[in-house]
Amino acid sequence: MISADLNVILPEILLALFAILALLGAVYTNKDAAAGVMVWATAIVMALLAIWIGMTSGGTTRIAFNGLFIEDSFARFAKVTMLLSAAAVLAMSEAYMKKRGLLRFEYPVLIALSVVGMMMMVSAGDLMTLYMGLELQSLALYVVASLRRDSVKSTEAGLKYFVLGALSSGLLLYGVSLVYGYAGTTQFAGVMSLASEGPTSLGLLFGIVFVVSGLAFKVSAVPFHMWTPDVYEGAPTPVTAFFATAPKVAAMALFARVLHDAFGNAVADWSQIIALLSVLSMFLGAVAAIGQTNIKRLMAYSSIAHMGYALIGLAAGTELGVKSMLVYLAIYVTMNIGTFAFILGMEKDGQPVTDITALNMYSKRAPGKALAMLVLLFSLAGVPPMLGFFAKLGVWQAGVDAGLIWLVVASAVASAIGAYYYLRIVFLMYFGAEGDDRLDEGKSSLLSGVVVAAAVIMVVGIVNLFGVETAAISAAATLVN
Amino acid sequence: MSVFAFYLFAISVIAGGLFTVISRNPVHSVLWLILSFLSAAGLFVLLNAEFVAMLLIIVYVGAVAVLFLFVVMMLDVDFAELKAEMARYMPLALLIGLVILMQFVMAFGAWDANSAAEGLRTQVITDEVHNTAALGLILYDQYFLLFQLSGLILLVAMIGAIVLTLRHRGDVKRQNVVDQMMRDPKLAMKLNDVKPGQGL
Repeated sequence: MISADLNVILPEILLALFAILALLGAVYTNKDAAAGVMVWATAIVMALLAIWIGMTSGGTTRIAFNGLFIEDSFARFAKVTMLLSAAAVLAMSEAYMKKRGLLRFEYPVLIALSVVGMMMMVSAGDLMTLYMGLELQSLALYVVASLRRDSVKSTEAGLKYFVLGALSSGLLLYGVSLVYGYAGTTQFAGVMSLASEGPTSLGLLFGIVFVVSGLAFKVSAVPFHMWTPDVYEGAPTPVTAFFATAPKVAAMALFARVLHDAFGNAVADWSQIIALLSVLSMFLGAVAAIGQTNIKRLMAYSSIAHMGYALIGLAAGTELGVKSMLVYLAIYVTMNIGTFAFILGMEKDGQPVTDITALNMYSKRAPGKALAMLVLLFSLAGVPPMLGFFAKLGVWQAGVDAGLIWLVVASAVASAIGAYYYLRIVFLMYFGAEGDDRLDEGKSSLLSGVVVAAAVIMVVGIVNLFGVETAAISAAATLVN
Repeated sequence: MSVFAFYLFAISVIAGGLFTVISRNPVHSVLWLILSFLSAAGLFVLLNAEFVAMLLIIVYVGAVAVLFLFVVMMLDVDFAELKAEMARYMPLALLIGLVILMQFVMAFGAWDANSAAEGLRTQVITDEVHNTAALGLILYDQYFLLFQLSGLILLVAMIGAIVLTLRHRGDVKRQNVVDQMMRDPKLAMKLNDVKPGQGL
């Protein structure tokens, strides 16, 4: 039994082993000198694992460790997205970190262990696995947030994230204990089967509310979003790029997993909670970002708003909803990787710049890169020909399908408000005042390549979404049924 | 008798928790916390979970609380000032706390567990299997994955503590044992015959 079980979690074991071996190797050799190589090696291992997991597709569902761990096409979809985005962020961060003297060998190790936690989260079949995966993921993230320990802002980011993360874990655990008290089991399948008959009991509902609050912290949905702008601003930019991509996918996938697998018989009850979180996130993300001039804070509010749109798919509570949410996440991650590659390349006299006024008339100096950024920003805003619009269209269809017309209308309004601050950056790049605060010429061909590649995907992807949609359909089908 | 013991322990857990929060002296707070832990261990004994009770005393009272005591004494935080800061928000906090408390009371008043839950929660242990052994059987067999995951979490905590605090200083002279061992005794000391009235 145990060897069959271990076989199911082989990708997780390999990544954890790699992290431990890399740690040992770095400790016993010349420490930080090998860090650059390790970052690339970690990125390559993650990419290989993603390819491997992607290859073992098909509709197989394997359950291991007496139901603690589920490996199905939903988990595989999330894992491939997370691994690829983490690999991309690692590859992007190496040069930046080295230049700022932040490249320490623990960085790739912590990122790898955090990804192991995320893989556990999306495969959780039990409330305990959910919690353990979540803690492994978060604990590594708290540390990398304060990686720049000489900076007050970075330390503040780490501390704030840690304290609020601990609070959210407390809420989550309280909810878990209430669910356990009601159901007598922590397994998703067990909770699901007990809740099948009649209206949802108050005992279960009480637990769901707390579990949802705890998870909403992790996806930074309003009103549990307060930490996001400060943490995004304070953390080193590559770490911010990581925060905005893989952990968001993991937390949203976990959200979908626990709501559909464990509380799938109470859709009407949690649907309204999720819809409220969604509408608040969209509006706060759209309105609060207007006053921001720091592009990292702006991206923080942008990610809050985007999580709001993705939550529409979850609020629908249907198979179509989960599918549209997964597609939304895949597109969101691609857009964010491209945008952060651009932000990582923003520097003046060798120093990183995060103020958007530095982008004045950027199109004159680097027309190609400015055009790519324009495409990405249009896509983030959801302007029609770009992929970002089709992501929104997908969740809107799911929302209308589930009868949440008010939510879809509200989201269209929020989207129109939010478009302002994306388009303001475009305005600055093309029609801004010619100032003397000009950015350096981007020398890194890797970063420029990522920006351009992401922009090309945003345009070309509208043909067939690169097959992501078929994978998402099968993933949603295994989760909801 | 066991009912009397239950109420004794339960009341001292709550009293200990209360005094932990309201004590003026932080050292007293830690001592009250220890009382709270000890009483909780007593509750575990009443539930026939002797192993967990002992673990609570050894780990929480023996290690964690003592660590707290050290931190409180060494950091020299001005708790009175912190409390004064907190007092500004106290009315709002009390209001929110009261609202949540009322909601909890209402929710628990109408609380119901699933009829099947009772049977699922009970873990039948035969008399031959000792409490500790039964726990080990579950932990290392059924929950093997979770056990390993907690190991990884602790590893991350350790790496994190080192990453955030360790600083390499260049001006520290370190002992190199191999160098010391490989020294040639003949070269270790050099005798100079210094003539009177002359230097070297």
